[in-house]
Formats: sequence, C-alpha cells, structure tokens
Amino acid sequence: MSPPLLGYSDLAIAAILVVLNAVLTWMLELGLTRTILIAGVRVIVQLLLVGLVLKTVFALASPALIAAVAIAMFAMASYEISSRQERRFAGPWGYGIGAGTTMLATLLVTAFALFGTLRPSPWYAPQVLIPLLGIILGNVMNGVSVSLNALNTAIVRERTAIESRLALGTDRYTALKPLQRSALRSGMIPIINQMSAAGVITLPGMMTGQILAGMDPLEAAKYQILLLFLLSGGAGLGALGAVYVAAWRITDERDRLRLDRLVQR
Amino acid sequence: MKIAERKSLCMLKGYALRRLHLGPIDFALQVGECVSIAGKSGAGKSLLLRMVADLDPHEGDALLDGAACSGMPASQWRRMVTYVAAESGWWDERVDAHFLPGTDFAALFPSVGIPAEAGAWPVARLSTGERQRLALLRALTPQNRVLLLDEPTSGLDAENTERVEQLLRNRLSTGIAILLVTHNLEQAARIATRHLLVRDGQLLEEPS
Repeated sequence: MSPPLLGYSDLAIAAILVVLNAVLTWMLELGLTRTILIAGVRVIVQLLLVGLVLKTVFALASPALIAAVAIAMFAMASYEISSRQERRFAGPWGYGIGAGTTMLATLLVTAFALFGTLRPSPWYAPQVLIPLLGIILGNVMNGVSVSLNALNTAIVRERTAIESRLALGTDRYTALKPLQRSALRSGMIPIINQMSAAGVITLPGMMTGQILAGMDPLEAAKYQILLLFLLSGGAGLGALGAVYVAAWRITDERDRLRLDRLVQR
Repeated sequence: MKIAERKSLCMLKGYALRRLHLGPIDFALQVGECVSIAGKSGAGKSLLLRMVADLDPHEGDALLDGAACSGMPASQWRRMVTYVAAESGWWDERVDAHFLPGTDFAALFPSVGIPAEAGAWPVARLSTGERQRLALLRALTPQNRVLLLDEPTSGLDAENTERVEQLLRNRLSTGIAILLVTHNLEQAARIATRHLLVRDGQLLEEPS
C-alpha cells in the first residue's frame, strides 16, 4: 500500500469539524469561539510554513542552514522556558539556567541517537536531524520548564521551613532535597505517563502517522519505542540538570537561602 | 564583675556587622549571659539576629570562643549559634521528624506544657503557641552554645510564658548564652541581665 497523499480539499473537509466546534461553543455562549478559530488558523499557518521551510532545508542540505534552523529552535525553546516561570531568576540566570540545561540535554540525547542508533549519512542529514532535534527539544523543554517552575515556586512558598532547617545547621542541599525531588517528579510524570499509556490507552501520534503513511505497524512500533526512550532520557537529564543548577543558584556557599536572586515582585 | 573578668569570659562577639540600614554593630556576650534587645518594629532586631546566625549576606563577622563564623562551614556555626525565628517553619508532616533521632520526648515536651505523645502528632494539629514552643525545643541540642531568640513567647499565655522562661533559665545555668529579642519589657527584666536597644541602625546600651 502506498501512502495516501492528502489534498488541500481533504484538509478543508477536516476543518469542518473545527468550524462546527466553534459554532457550537458560540451557540452555547462558552466564550471559546474566538480562541478555537484562532488556534485553527495558527495550526494551518504554522505547520504549512514549517513544512515549506523544511522542504527547502532538506533540498539544499547545507550544513550552515541546518545549524541556523537548530539555533533558531533552541532560541525559541529557551524563550518559552523563561516565559513559563512564575518565579524567575534575575539577570542572565533567568534565561540561562533553562536554556543551558535544555541545550545540554538535547544535544547529548540527539548525538546519542544519531551516532548510537539511527546513524544517518551524513550524520547531519536534515531529514533525520531536524525532526529528531525538534521532538527531543520539545520534550526536554517541557521537563525543564515544569521542574524549574515547580522548584522555584515551592522554595518561595516553603521559605520559612527551609530557613528553619538552615538555622538549625542543615546544609543547603539537604534542606532543598525534598523540594528537588518533588519538582523532578512533576517534570518527569508526563513522559512516564506517555510511556505507560503508549499503545494501551492511546496510539502515540508519531506511530499513528507512520502507520497511516503506510509503514509496517511493527516497524512503526520499534521507532516509537526508540523515540520514547530518547524523550524520557532527555526530559530526565534536562530536569535533573535544571533542578540542581537552580538549587545551587538560589542558595550560596554559606548555606543561605538567596531569594533576592529571583526577580522581585 | 570587673571588666577584665568579663572579657576573659567573653563567648560570642560580633564586630562591624552591617546590612541594609543596620550597623556597623559590635557586641559581646558572656558565658551564661542573657541580653535582651528591644526596639520598634522594623528597627532591625530580627535582621541583627539573622546576621549573627549568618543567614543573610552581611559585612563584619562573629566569633564564638575566638573562632570566626567566616572560618568554618555555616552549618557548623549554626549548630552552635542557633537562631529561632518568630515564625516557626516545619518541613515534615510529623512532629518527631523535626527532632534529632533519639530525642526523649517524655523528658522534653512536658517542660513546656506539651504532652509527651505529641511527637507522633501531625504538625497540622499544633496550635500557634505549641509550634512556637516546639520550635524552641528542637533548637536545644547538645552542640548549641548560643541561642538567638526572636520573640519566643509572643503568642503564649502567662502560664506557658513562665514555663519557657524557666526552660531558658535552666539553659543559662548550664553556660548557654542567649540574645533575646522581646517587646515584653517585664520579661526582659525577669531573665536578661543586660538590655540593648536597636535604634537608627545602631545597637545601644539601655539603662535598666
């Protein structure tokens, strides 16, 4: 079976569902009509644009262009992480901790996949590198931003408890350990759930796409397993790094809690 | 007591302590001495205690028996020079998790009017006054040499205030020194032998 190609008319038919949704919410006065329509338009514009850009990048296969795309992706992810923080670090750290740990974890896991399992030729083949980088980056970003946000808000909330421990002679890492643990858990739970539920409750998006595009289901499953391992590794590494760097930065070498290093509000 | 004798007994010394609008402040505390600190709200009394405990970045240094705070790990300093904040913090669900392993609750808790079995209670069950007294008790470890107390009896009734004061007198008699921030002048007169006042960022000797 050859993969069925979609025409724009097919997409228009599917769009009827979104419009129907918008009409229904308008009739029920749920106040979601605008949001649904805007999201619908955004998905069309954004994905077609990305498709177009990727088509060009794939065709040119120029290392400089691939690097530029990768850098743009990192920049957007870093901005996204820092804008999702309720209690951000002041100065360059506000951007730096999330960006640094995300980049490190993403590069490590992507390199691991490229040279360890997928081995494309050349190694920077954009058809492999860019989608791989994208999906790993997205997951690492989620893990890092959720963990970082959970840690900092918990530290601000538990300030008296932490300072009580410090005042009794506990060192900073022992005092922050329970908070680090629960922040890491919040960051890791989505990917763990995804792994546990994969195939039983939902068919993962990528696997569905591959099967629809005509791939053998068992081969699609193998790809999906590989990917979930990469994603959980990336999210775990990124979150772990972020939680430790943040704990180090929000305290100092005299075991003091330094909430003054967060953006004051 | 002659000045020379007091100097030889000097246990805790702070010099040139400075942070925000406070300082530079110098002070000295003798073995077994309780010194009260009064002053308006916002004058910097808590800030001063936190500086002595090295809980905030500051200028100056403190010495315990001649050993500088800056010369040892902060955790080691704070196990000897322990700050007990006005508002107590709790990091576990059960009361006993906040005490050193092997603490004898039956001997400790009744001295401040709290039943011995309170060790097994959830912290959420404690009243504000109970929390305040338990926060003081957990700071009394064998390593502790100086207590920096911030309003230790502010929320307590007369009976429990008396119990806490008795507990503090017992500690003083074993050679522990106390820096006591209190709004209660009668309390200061009852247990402190010297009275200081924080005003305009300075620590002043107050005639008793």
